[in-house]
Amino acid sequence: MQGKSLVKPPDQLDLSEAELKEEFTRILTANNPHAPQNIVRYSFKERSYKPITSVDQLAVHFVLEGNLLHKDSDEARRQRAKQGIPEENAIETITESEEKPDTPADVVEDVGDSEEATGEERPDSVDPKPRKKEQKLTNQFNFSERASQTLNNPLRERECQTEPPPRAKFSATANQWEIYDAYVEELQKQEKIKEKQKSLPSKKEDDKGKKKTMLVENPSDDITKVTKVAKIIERMVTQNTFDDIAQDFKYFEDASDEFREHEGTLLPLWKFQYDKAKRLSVTALCWNQKYKDLFAVGLGSYEFTKQGRGMLLFYSLKNSTFPAYIFSTQAGVMCLDIHEQLSYLVAVGFYDGCVAVYNLKEDRPQPVYKSTTETGKHTDPVWQVKWQKDDMDNNHNFYSISSDGRVVSWTIVKNELVFTDIIRLSIEGAVSNGQEGIQIPAVACGTSFDFHKHIDYLFLVGTEEGKIHKCSKSYSSQFLETYTAHNMAVDAVKWNHFHPKVFISCSSDWTVKIWDHTIKSPMFTFDLNAAVGDVAWSPYSSTVFAAVTTDGKVHVFDLSFNKYEAICQQAVVAKKKTKLTHIEFNPVYPIIIVGDDRGYVTSLKLSPNLRKKPKEKKGQELPKGPEVEVAKMEKLLSLLREPESTPQD
Amino acid sequence: MAKVEETLKRIQSQKGVQGIIIVNAEGIPIKTTMDNSSTVQYAGLIHQLMMKARSTVRDLDPQNDLTFLRVRSKKNEIMIAPDKDYFLIVIQNPTE
Repeated sequence: MQGKSLVKPPDQLDLSEAELKEEFTRILTANNPHAPQNIVRYSFKERSYKPITSVDQLAVHFVLEGNLLHKDSDEARRQRAKQGIPEENAIETITESEEKPDTPADVVEDVGDSEEATGEERPDSVDPKPRKKEQKLTNQFNFSERASQTLNNPLRERECQTEPPPRAKFSATANQWEIYDAYVEELQKQEKIKEKQKSLPSKKEDDKGKKKTMLVENPSDDITKVTKVAKIIERMVTQNTFDDIAQDFKYFEDASDEFREHEGTLLPLWKFQYDKAKRLSVTALCWNQKYKDLFAVGLGSYEFTKQGRGMLLFYSLKNSTFPAYIFSTQAGVMCLDIHEQLSYLVAVGFYDGCVAVYNLKEDRPQPVYKSTTETGKHTDPVWQVKWQKDDMDNNHNFYSISSDGRVVSWTIVKNELVFTDIIRLSIEGAVSNGQEGIQIPAVACGTSFDFHKHIDYLFLVGTEEGKIHKCSKSYSSQFLETYTAHNMAVDAVKWNHFHPKVFISCSSDWTVKIWDHTIKSPMFTFDLNAAVGDVAWSPYSSTVFAAVTTDGKVHVFDLSFNKYEAICQQAVVAKKKTKLTHIEFNPVYPIIIVGDDRGYVTSLKLSPNLRKKPKEKKGQELPKGPEVEVAKMEKLLSLLREPESTPQD
Repeated sequence: MAKVEETLKRIQSQKGVQGIIIVNAEGIPIKTTMDNSSTVQYAGLIHQLMMKARSTVRDLDPQNDLTFLRVRSKKNEIMIAPDKDYFLIVIQNPTE
């Protein structure tokens, strides 16, 4: 029975009541009661013991080592790299081993660690792909997405349609010849450019003129391009129409010639006439050396009273209906000559004394060069012109002879005709009418001339008095020789094509004479019963020649068969009043052309007898070449030379 | 220009010529002296023939070219002359 009295332990202090009411202040501090209150360390700097300013008050109550890593730490990355490996134990051991050195530093971060560990595991498990996507760093505690829509500019479509490029279908074949054509065109273009560059300054005016004509022609359906083709067609049609003549020309040989020895015939072939030339007479004929079917006809008038205009026509055997080239002239054409090499150059002599040169390549109707009174034209009709070889400066030149007694050489120098008097013909021993006995040599009138085929400087001149002078280009005052040939004017004088010494002359005194130029008297004389208009040697034989007379007959002679008579005498014109004026042999074909005073030109084919070469004895080879011809002639002449006293007829 | 016209007139006036046709490179007749239907027929057929002939000649030797072509038949003769851009056809009865 203890009472409710305080039980006091025996060792309790006995305190008075005043002491019991004493307040004792107790302060609660965060000081670690176990931490020392002063720690003294040795400072090496001051070499003494110094108290540490502050003592660490931290008391660790509990430590738990965790096994979580921050996911961005190196170890975590390494782990994630190895996540494909299904060894969890390996990971764990790695993590554990790595954790230990981390522990002292990680104490503060414990709380954070645990959260992170959980957070880390989740992304590790959810994220099986080894993507290292930069995730948005968001504030983990306090983050909210706030998005707002910006104004999008309204889109507008803008488009425009262009015109589609024009299309055209193109198809062509690439043949070998199309390719060749293309190349040729290219070449021509290049050449044109080169030419233009060379001749730019001089040709500007020409070009302007040409441009104008071109502009006019282009728009129309260019029918002028058909010209060339039209010409071909015309020839074809004509060939058809005159088919028989063409066949005769080529193939007909008069069979009856076999039965007639030493006699031949002339077969009439084409007849060339131009209606505008009807009243003119043929005054000159010339074959073109390059195109053997082309020949030139000069038309004028021999009548002194009937002088008017003239014409120059070119015909081709392929088209007898219409001339290939037509030139109208103011004065009558008396003579013409076609250049041997440049067959497009034609020299023409007129009745009024002018000479002119035409260029067939150019399309204009006027001559390229023409002599005028200043440039030394003749004062009388020009009877003959002849081209010569180019002189030393390579200029073309030709000679002309006229009734005014001058033999003139014309040279084409730089687009001009320059004349040089070569010789003045004078009558020998002329009686003068001059005062005080001054002898004025009367001027002889030259009517024809011919240059030697081989000896360049030698030429013959026939005069109106009937004399033939042998002259040289180098001697202008004297003749080398004079032959009293005829009683009337010498109409033609021609050297033999083969024999270098023989020439022939004809005159209106009805005779034809053959000469050797070393002998003053003629070798042969033939009387043809009518005035002889022209005579020509044949190009294939040295002994054959032909002459035309005013009674419309053609006489063909072959001296190797018959020295006295013609082997063919034939009237070739229908109307008897027609006088034949000129004759020319074609250089290759066996035909001759004969011009008459009505403006017609007739072509005739020579029958075989007229073209014969002398028969050789059987077994011997037929020698060919000009030497044979020369020998033939020489034989004839030698027969004549010895018995010179024998009268010739 | 007058020269060509004259030439064509002369051809037309030659003995036995029945007609002339000028055809351009595409085979279209541009000038003719015959009636329309024959012209068209001639132009079309002959154009082909001419191209064939020309191509033959040129294939054999590209530097060569056709100058003209004659087709002679029992009743008449057709003459064709080609050019770079045109060709000319003339029909003639030569025996007339």
